[in-house]
Amino acid sequence: MRANSGWDIRLDGLAVGYGDHVVLRDVNALLPAGEISMIIGGSGCGKSTLLRHVLGLQRPMAGTLSVGGRDLFALAGRDFRKVRRRMGVLFQDGALLGSLTLGDNVALPLREHTGLPKATVRQIVLHKLALVGLADYADYYPNQLSGGMRKRAGLARAIVMDPPILLCDEPTSGLDPVNAARMDQLLLDMRANFPGMTIVVVSHDLRSLDAIANYVLMLHDGTAAFAGPVDALRASDDPYVRSFLDRRADEDQRTGVSLAPEVQQALDAWLER
Amino acid sequence: MSTGPGILAPVTALGAATLRLLGEMGAMFLFLADGLRLIFASPKQIPKILNQVFVIGSKSLFVILLIGVFTGMVLGLQGYYTLVKFGSEGLLGAAVALSLIRELGPVLTAIMVTGRAGSSMAAEIGVMRITDQIDALDVMDINPMAYLVAPRIAASLISFPLLTAVFDVVGILGGYVTGVTLLGINEGVYFYRIQSSVEMADITGGFMKSLLFAVIVATVSCYQGYFTHMRRDGVGPEGVSNSTTSAVVLSCVFVLVADYALTSFLL
Repeated sequence: MRANSGWDIRLDGLAVGYGDHVVLRDVNALLPAGEISMIIGGSGCGKSTLLRHVLGLQRPMAGTLSVGGRDLFALAGRDFRKVRRRMGVLFQDGALLGSLTLGDNVALPLREHTGLPKATVRQIVLHKLALVGLADYADYYPNQLSGGMRKRAGLARAIVMDPPILLCDEPTSGLDPVNAARMDQLLLDMRANFPGMTIVVVSHDLRSLDAIANYVLMLHDGTAAFAGPVDALRASDDPYVRSFLDRRADEDQRTGVSLAPEVQQALDAWLER
Repeated sequence: MSTGPGILAPVTALGAATLRLLGEMGAMFLFLADGLRLIFASPKQIPKILNQVFVIGSKSLFVILLIGVFTGMVLGLQGYYTLVKFGSEGLLGAAVALSLIRELGPVLTAIMVTGRAGSSMAAEIGVMRITDQIDALDVMDINPMAYLVAPRIAASLISFPLLTAVFDVVGILGGYVTGVTLLGINEGVYFYRIQSSVEMADITGGFMKSLLFAVIVATVSCYQGYFTHMRRDGVGPEGVSNSTTSAVVLSCVFVLVADYALTSFLL
């Protein structure tokens, strides 16, 4: 049993979307403190939209979203910011500021929110960069690095304030298998290095699910198709869960649609010219 | 009584466009007010402002020198051949200096800095928006308005009058080159006419214009970049491209409209 920091994330009857367009409705889930939870689902199912709400970047249309026992959107300005400051975020492509070096990117929250001396900030930055294997790259700019390195640098920035909650948006997307495995290992290292840290990973990478997740929130068809421990997910006989885990297309998604013969003939005629 | 939609459509469209424009102007004004307030948010703003003074001011200096000297030379040339018809070529210094200090200095500086720095502000902030960098600042509890917009407004307020002063001085020297060196006007007369005709009100009026233009260019450019993701005419890189174009076009239009309004007020 890992240390319980108390920083769990609870979604109660949550509905999220853009404008009048509802993306997810009636989502109920508990992402437990001190565990690695994974939000999974097909492309476009609302995973990243849900994450933006957890980050407080958008207000939900209905329901409550509690972080560490506090209803995030019921908090007033300063209290809201206080809770959000306890979250570290790794965006999909790192979202590093292009005009700053990696060192300055990682140092940014420390410089803005603390009065620590420059030398201390530098030590912390190098330590965090070392944790993600980038200690020698502090003076590089983001555009001088590969996608995987940018993601790792984004992770270093996310953990620089030792947040009790770490949120990662598609940390392995676009990475080769070796770098994807390295990113998974880094997230496991985070849990080992920061006991009690609640880690939430948005992904559709089944290998990551197998490698790191304890809890799962699966989104499908505009709501939560499953929420619970990963072992229960594997044992589930829900058709969508099974098709997702077994990487099978649903029957209704298999199309036998073909072009009208005359259109196909016209296309073929052009292609043969 | 029923009126066909065909009759009302143009009026409805005009009304909707007017409301949209007014809404946009109001949003831009609130954006400016927030930006101005956040200049004084913390002493940590000072290095950011100085960095932007370098980006907006120092990096625009060469183009201002270049445009300033050639504007002065053209003014000297045109002014000489106009004044000589009336036997008043001795007034060339006054004509060049007053044109530059009252009008051309602030306006051309604003337009050049719009092209050089305003477009870069819109593009940089726009790219930051579409690559989640602004959201990243937000979730790090770093106010993006304080981090990105306020220093640019403050730096523009510092840089524009200084660049305008440089433009005026090199423009007057450009007029000197054509009027005195090439066309043979007496050197003493050229500078005497400047001294006797330029009043303090002309100089302060020019600087007031440059301050107003600084606010316009910085606000419009930052606003266009900041709300790139809300554009209806394009998303992603196309949105950034359109934001940059809008920033330059709107800044130039607003500068010229404000110039007319302020000139009417000052005269």
